Amino acid sequence: MRRFAALYEALDRTASTTAKREAMAAYFRDAPAQDAAWAVYALSGGKLKRTASSTEMRLAVAETSGYADWLIDDCYQHVGDLAETVALMLPPGDDTQADVSLRTWMEERLPDLAGLDTTLRQRALRDWWTALPREQIFLLNKLLTGALRVGVSRRLVVQALAEWASLPTDLIAHRLSGDWKPHEATFLALAEPAGSDEHSGDRPYPFFLASPLEQDVTTLGELPDWLAEWKWDGIRAQLMRRAGAAQLWSRGEDRLDGRFPEIEQASLGLPDGCVLDGEILAWAVDSDRPMPFTGLQRRIGKLKPGPKLLADVPVRFMAYDVLEYEGRDLREQPLVERRQLLAGLLAGHGHALMLSPAIDAAGWDALETIRAEARERQTEGLMLKRLASPYRVGRKRGDWWKWKVDPYTLDAVLIYAQPGHGRRSGLYTDYTFGVWDGEQLVPVAKAYSGLDDSEIATLDRWIRAHTIERFGPVRSVEPVHVFELAFEAIQPSGRHKAGVAVRFPRILRWRTDLAIGDADKLDELRRLASVQA
Amino acid sequence: MDDTELILPRPEGLYCPAGDFFIDPMLPAAHAVVTHAHGDHARPGSGRYHVATSGIGLLHERLPEATIDAHDYGQPFYLGKTKVSLHPSGHILGAAQVRIEYQGRVAVVSGDYKRDPDPTCAAFEPVPCDIFVTESTFGLPIYRWPPMDEIMADLLAWLDECGTRGQPAVLFCYALGKAQRILAELALRSERTVHVHGAMPRLIDLYREAGVRMSPTVAVNESARGRDFAGELIMAPPSAAGSPWMRRFARASTAFASGWMQVRGARRRRGFDRGFVVSDHADWPGLLLSVAESRASRIYVTHGNGEALVRYLGEQGNDARPLAPLGTS
Repeated sequence: MRRFAALYEALDRTASTTAKREAMAAYFRDAPAQDAAWAVYALSGGKLKRTASSTEMRLAVAETSGYADWLIDDCYQHVGDLAETVALMLPPGDDTQADVSLRTWMEERLPDLAGLDTTLRQRALRDWWTALPREQIFLLNKLLTGALRVGVSRRLVVQALAEWASLPTDLIAHRLSGDWKPHEATFLALAEPAGSDEHSGDRPYPFFLASPLEQDVTTLGELPDWLAEWKWDGIRAQLMRRAGAAQLWSRGEDRLDGRFPEIEQASLGLPDGCVLDGEILAWAVDSDRPMPFTGLQRRIGKLKPGPKLLADVPVRFMAYDVLEYEGRDLREQPLVERRQLLAGLLAGHGHALMLSPAIDAAGWDALETIRAEARERQTEGLMLKRLASPYRVGRKRGDWWKWKVDPYTLDAVLIYAQPGHGRRSGLYTDYTFGVWDGEQLVPVAKAYSGLDDSEIATLDRWIRAHTIERFGPVRSVEPVHVFELAFEAIQPSGRHKAGVAVRFPRILRWRTDLAIGDADKLDELRRLASVQA
Repeated sequence: MDDTELILPRPEGLYCPAGDFFIDPMLPAAHAVVTHAHGDHARPGSGRYHVATSGIGLLHERLPEATIDAHDYGQPFYLGKTKVSLHPSGHILGAAQVRIEYQGRVAVVSGDYKRDPDPTCAAFEPVPCDIFVTESTFGLPIYRWPPMDEIMADLLAWLDECGTRGQPAVLFCYALGKAQRILAELALRSERTVHVHGAMPRLIDLYREAGVRMSPTVAVNESARGRDFAGELIMAPPSAAGSPWMRRFARASTAFASGWMQVRGARRRRGFDRGFVVSDHADWPGLLLSVAESRASRIYVTHGNGEALVRYLGEQGNDARPLAPLGTS
């Protein structure tokens, strides 16, 4: 794993995406293909399942170092990354396993942990730690605990592979999509010349992602050049109908098979060799609008939904594009033609497969008026898609825009804080905010983002000096500071102390002009939630 | 006897009632014993300053108006009813621990210290005592300093890479102590001339006058306008990062030399390309070693990650307590 550790270090040591891309491309060129395959897997966010838990890792480091649990916890709170904490607490090992290949770790040693009982698993960790240099202890721990987090996006890995293979990035992105298995052969196949069977088997197309519309809508030109649709608030997915079967893939490229049987069932009516892009939505039988997202959340976690859940929360596939028809890749055709084909394909299908309706408006002003209805229709706003555009790969600006309605806002008081992770480790950056329930501040939202670095630093110092109580890593602080939070939706919730749950809360601004008495009241939020539901 | 006759934290700083003097007072006092010349320890306005002989040049540079008494390491002098002596702490040139003896009881205030070798100053001297006041800047077991040879090899490799890519190599480090230590370590391994920020030449000269051998240096502002710094090493204080001063080093690779660089998140947050783990403070093993060697029956822990160190020392059977933070006692 020496070579991969050197790559990791090179990636970690630069903020330049060009330097990162070059470092990866050089690695792909020089490393044995069987190792490079696993590097692609790990760098693009792939994780091994059922290795060792973070608890087992803590127990093993306690055993090896002799340090008490509280001290390990203190160190972890300070570092913000368990893999790194362990590597820093242990003495470096003796290098005897430093040349074990990445493939061996990923295909043999780590998966083999699954078959051991917890004592043996911890012993295996301790044995490895004593036989690796510090940078490899760290990397091994990273591979065990999940994401590498080295400032490399999947997109950047794709670009590096494209550079190494001298092929277009879109082609590489497509070849990597779906359930790509890291092996010598699949890695080498990434670099093969483009063939005629690029779209086959269980490989979904890379998703085209919309950009938020920040400029005035009229700058987009003439409305007749655009398709307007509702921006549905569900799970983005590709429905693939190939080789006599149906598959659903989420945008995170997870297979959703079995979770949404009503959609799979309905799609069998589609012709073979056909791929649709759309949104999975929870939708009651006789309703003219979807259920709130909290309904869909009940379905997401269920691998095999039972009859009651299927009846309570039925789902639909709201199709808005067709990417493949009769086995042909249609992505280069203009949207207006794909859309026509899609409408024909879906005609005569039941509710489980719907065409996302086009919204007609006389002009931008009229469209903006319609957009104001978005919330009551359980949508997030509008989508604007250029009718002449192809289906692109990734987030490319210009042809697809999301034109969301303004978020809700509330003023809330900072009541708890805990340290963040990664580049925010050791700083109090994870905040809990409360609103008034009578004389009491009740927590309603957690938010992590929205402040700039200097505000974070100021608030961090303040939190340390104004702590009331500590509960492990969490500190309760004096109720002094008021923040304006934005959120997308609010629902009644039995699981939250406040009785409401807000969606996507984030900090808009630090309201130094407000006193805590000015913060919002829970009654108001409850009323809003009941209107929304 | 009550410890508070020997040492008593007060808002102005750490006070010795029996000797009627302060150690590193934050506010003006009649008598100030100063452990070293860093700005947060050597503050202006006190009546008379006591400092180690090897540190007088630096203190005078910082406080030109001050009345200073210099004391050789280990030579006792008397303040009030106490016998006081200064002993090397290994932190920077002239840095001292303060030994205070009163009625047969001895307290040692470590000031800032380290146990790793440093060619620019006298090595830390363990001083047996009853009460040991230790710092705890890096008081967690994740802080264990790598050997200097390893760090310097890394640093030289970084300079080579920068040379190959035609990038200036800007190393941020504190202008007093860290800069000179790195220059002295560099002189043992390289012939190169180092370009330094305007905050540094005067302090470097004081080290040279004290007989410390360091790499040759040239001030950046003495270079011709538009000079190409590709492949050169430039040293600057951290405050210069992101300032207009940096504009002359286009495409520079940046690094920070500090104990905090041990943690990846700290380096990424500050946005440096590289971090070199070089500290003038004791690491965790250094703190534990010094506590043990002091043979003190009571340990007071000052600023830093003191809570963890106090608890750990307590669990190991020591009488360890936090020294109340200044201003809150």
